[in-house]
Amino acid sequence: MAVAQKTPSADTKPVADFSKEQELTAYRTMLIIRRFEEKAGQMYGMGLIGGFCHLYIGQEAVVVGMQMVLKDGDQIITGYRDHGHMLATGMEAKGVMAELTGRAHGYSKGKGGSMHMFSVEKGFYGGHGIVGAQVPLGTGLAFANRYRGNDNVSVTYFGDGAANQGQVYESFNMSELWKLPVIYVIENNRYAMGTSITRSSAEVNLSRRGLSFNIPGDQVDGMDVRAVKAAGEKAAQWCRSGKGPYILEMLTYRYRGHSMSDPAKYRTREEVDEVRTHHDPIDMARQRILEKKFASEDALKKIDGEVRDVINEAAEFATHDPEPEVSELYTDVYR
Amino acid sequence: MPTEVLMPALSPTMEKGNLAKWLKKEGDKVKSGDVIAEIETDKATMEVEAVDEGTLGKILVPEGTADVAVNTPIAVILGEGEDKGAIRATKPVQQQKAAESAPPAKAEKSQAKVQEAPAPKAPEAPQAASDPDFPEGTEMVTMTMREALRDAMAEEMRRDKDVFVMGEEVAEYQGAYKVTQSLLQEFGAKRVIDTPITEHGFAGLGIGAALARLKPVVEFMTFNFAMQAIDQVINSAAKTLYMSGGQMGCQIVFRGPNGAAARVAAQHSQDYSAWYSHVPGLKVIAPSTAADAKGLLKAAIRDLNPVIFLENEILYGHSSPVPKLDDFVLPIGKAKIVRPGNDVTIVSWSMGMTYALKAADELAGEGIDAEVIDLRTIKPMDTETIVTSVQKTARLVTVEEGWQQSGVGAEIAARVMEKAFDYLDAPVARVSGKDVPMPYAANLEKLALPSVADVVEAAKAVCYR
Repeated sequence: MAVAQKTPSADTKPVADFSKEQELTAYRTMLIIRRFEEKAGQMYGMGLIGGFCHLYIGQEAVVVGMQMVLKDGDQIITGYRDHGHMLATGMEAKGVMAELTGRAHGYSKGKGGSMHMFSVEKGFYGGHGIVGAQVPLGTGLAFANRYRGNDNVSVTYFGDGAANQGQVYESFNMSELWKLPVIYVIENNRYAMGTSITRSSAEVNLSRRGLSFNIPGDQVDGMDVRAVKAAGEKAAQWCRSGKGPYILEMLTYRYRGHSMSDPAKYRTREEVDEVRTHHDPIDMARQRILEKKFASEDALKKIDGEVRDVINEAAEFATHDPEPEVSELYTDVYR
Repeated sequence: MPTEVLMPALSPTMEKGNLAKWLKKEGDKVKSGDVIAEIETDKATMEVEAVDEGTLGKILVPEGTADVAVNTPIAVILGEGEDKGAIRATKPVQQQKAAESAPPAKAEKSQAKVQEAPAPKAPEAPQAASDPDFPEGTEMVTMTMREALRDAMAEEMRRDKDVFVMGEEVAEYQGAYKVTQSLLQEFGAKRVIDTPITEHGFAGLGIGAALARLKPVVEFMTFNFAMQAIDQVINSAAKTLYMSGGQMGCQIVFRGPNGAAARVAAQHSQDYSAWYSHVPGLKVIAPSTAADAKGLLKAAIRDLNPVIFLENEILYGHSSPVPKLDDFVLPIGKAKIVRPGNDVTIVSWSMGMTYALKAADELAGEGIDAEVIDLRTIKPMDTETIVTSVQKTARLVTVEEGWQQSGVGAEIAARVMEKAFDYLDAPVARVSGKDVPMPYAANLEKLALPSVADVVEAAKAVCYR
């Protein structure tokens, strides 16, 4: 019983424009994620990346917009579609790609893979493979902030699929009860693997999922990096001022399948093309940049080239980096 | 430079596929994301997208070709300003031929040298230190295990402000079993935290706080309820250090009563010693005396790894002497010979020790001199102490409340078989809980649990008496 799905669109309030610097920074970071993921898909196809590989293509504006709101000491945690989050926090493409190929200089020495990377330095707390498990963990990061009495926030990402896990609501309850500084960012890309949100959720407006806990929530056009940042600012301010958690439902879309081995037959090509043609976060940013004359076509081409170089270098590194020493099998079990 | 489009692997197991259809033809402009072809695998039809901008210069594998091996070049994309002349002469791959001549893909294609070295030997378990000697004349204070556990937490909380206690009823109620009595009064609500009844949630929250380098002591009202949280304990607490290549650890203690209490039936009477000790990354402790409870809980709170601390409701009220020292800490991973003997080794821990020690008394009356070992730590297991004892006695009985299959007794028996097979004069005997859910009726419950008589009988059997 399929119900027509509303296409995410900027039907909400108009959002504040970005400065030249903001537009260009966001554009570049989104492009790095896009090109990285395309390259990862390609390398998966070549057998260089194994196992599961969930690409973030289409959702770039969410993590890039949110990252623009954060400051030193803030924490980020997410599920298994995590490459974009890592790159947005400033983790190096080389180290992330080398982890995808299971090599010694990957972020987890090749022992974690696509779904399990961390960076204490960048405040990235993983990369978690069990749907929804990162939600109590992210709430615990917020607990630590409150325990220490700082004004840092934990940005805890999860998808529309995870939004139906019980531990999410256990976390909502405790975070509001104890006024923990956590922004729950629900990345609603409309499909939990192959099940559309209308087939899985009694209440499809996920920003309302915190209502019975008194947690405020907003629905945000997650394809517009400016809207994401504006919503993030509001939520972060709420959290930093001690008012407790905040929910942001990001209406977004993934262009690729759930993972590399998903043929995505549960949706039409037209649906994908519609979002891609009319709502692509990177194309829209590019268009704004040109319209406002923040940069010329040539200057953007130059950025594209630089990004391509970074990604090619990462791919090259990840292809030639050695596998971990066999002695690594038994390290890092205990410390 | 022209870019070759390779036959992609579309799943972790795919080795070849059929090129069903070309959606672009030679000379067509393509941009990243455009679908250029359809590939059929044994599972599904998938689309191949262009990953670069350019012109489809040449199709190398015609549509309808079956069994094209992964990584076979299927087309060439020309970049801006390049023409067909840039394509090096490549013959279109023939049907069938593709499968035979194509590289077997995957591993071979990987450029880095794949190490084929044999698996390294598992490291020997580091030998735990012996119990610290305390000066002769040290005052011994008799206290209950409940008080000893409380003192351990209070001392560690005084010592380190990052240590906090959370769980159901731990603060205002003073602990469902009064183990956290008076902690709220001393440390306040910030560090002694009543949680809602939400095990999965607060276990995960505690682990998150530990990832942020706090040192939580999470109380489960009983370990029966921790099954709601076992995913977080295993997948998040135990594995994160490894998954992060050693970068992110999780210093946390999960503690609470484990095993059967009395007349609380099947869902509230289960021993989880074997469950948690199965998992790499966890340490598992189960003390039987007040002194061990205190010294080991202090060690657990200081340990950098996630520790499962299994207590016992019946033992909470048992009193025994505890040395009065400013900082009494015991080594994790060290068993203790509680009663030396020569004829048979009895190994147990926690509540099982009460059966083992009473049985040893009875056996002495019958002329059998039993050596009783309190394992204290289930993981890492002190195999050496057990093996050394068996080399002396040549006979072994294990005692546990848990079920027999895949139990801790089974593990001990296997280790002794591996390391002291020639010393054994009889097969190892396992006394355990019976293979049934815990019944409620008093008579049946008694039968379901191990008893002193069971231990005596087993010890006599291995002594052929």
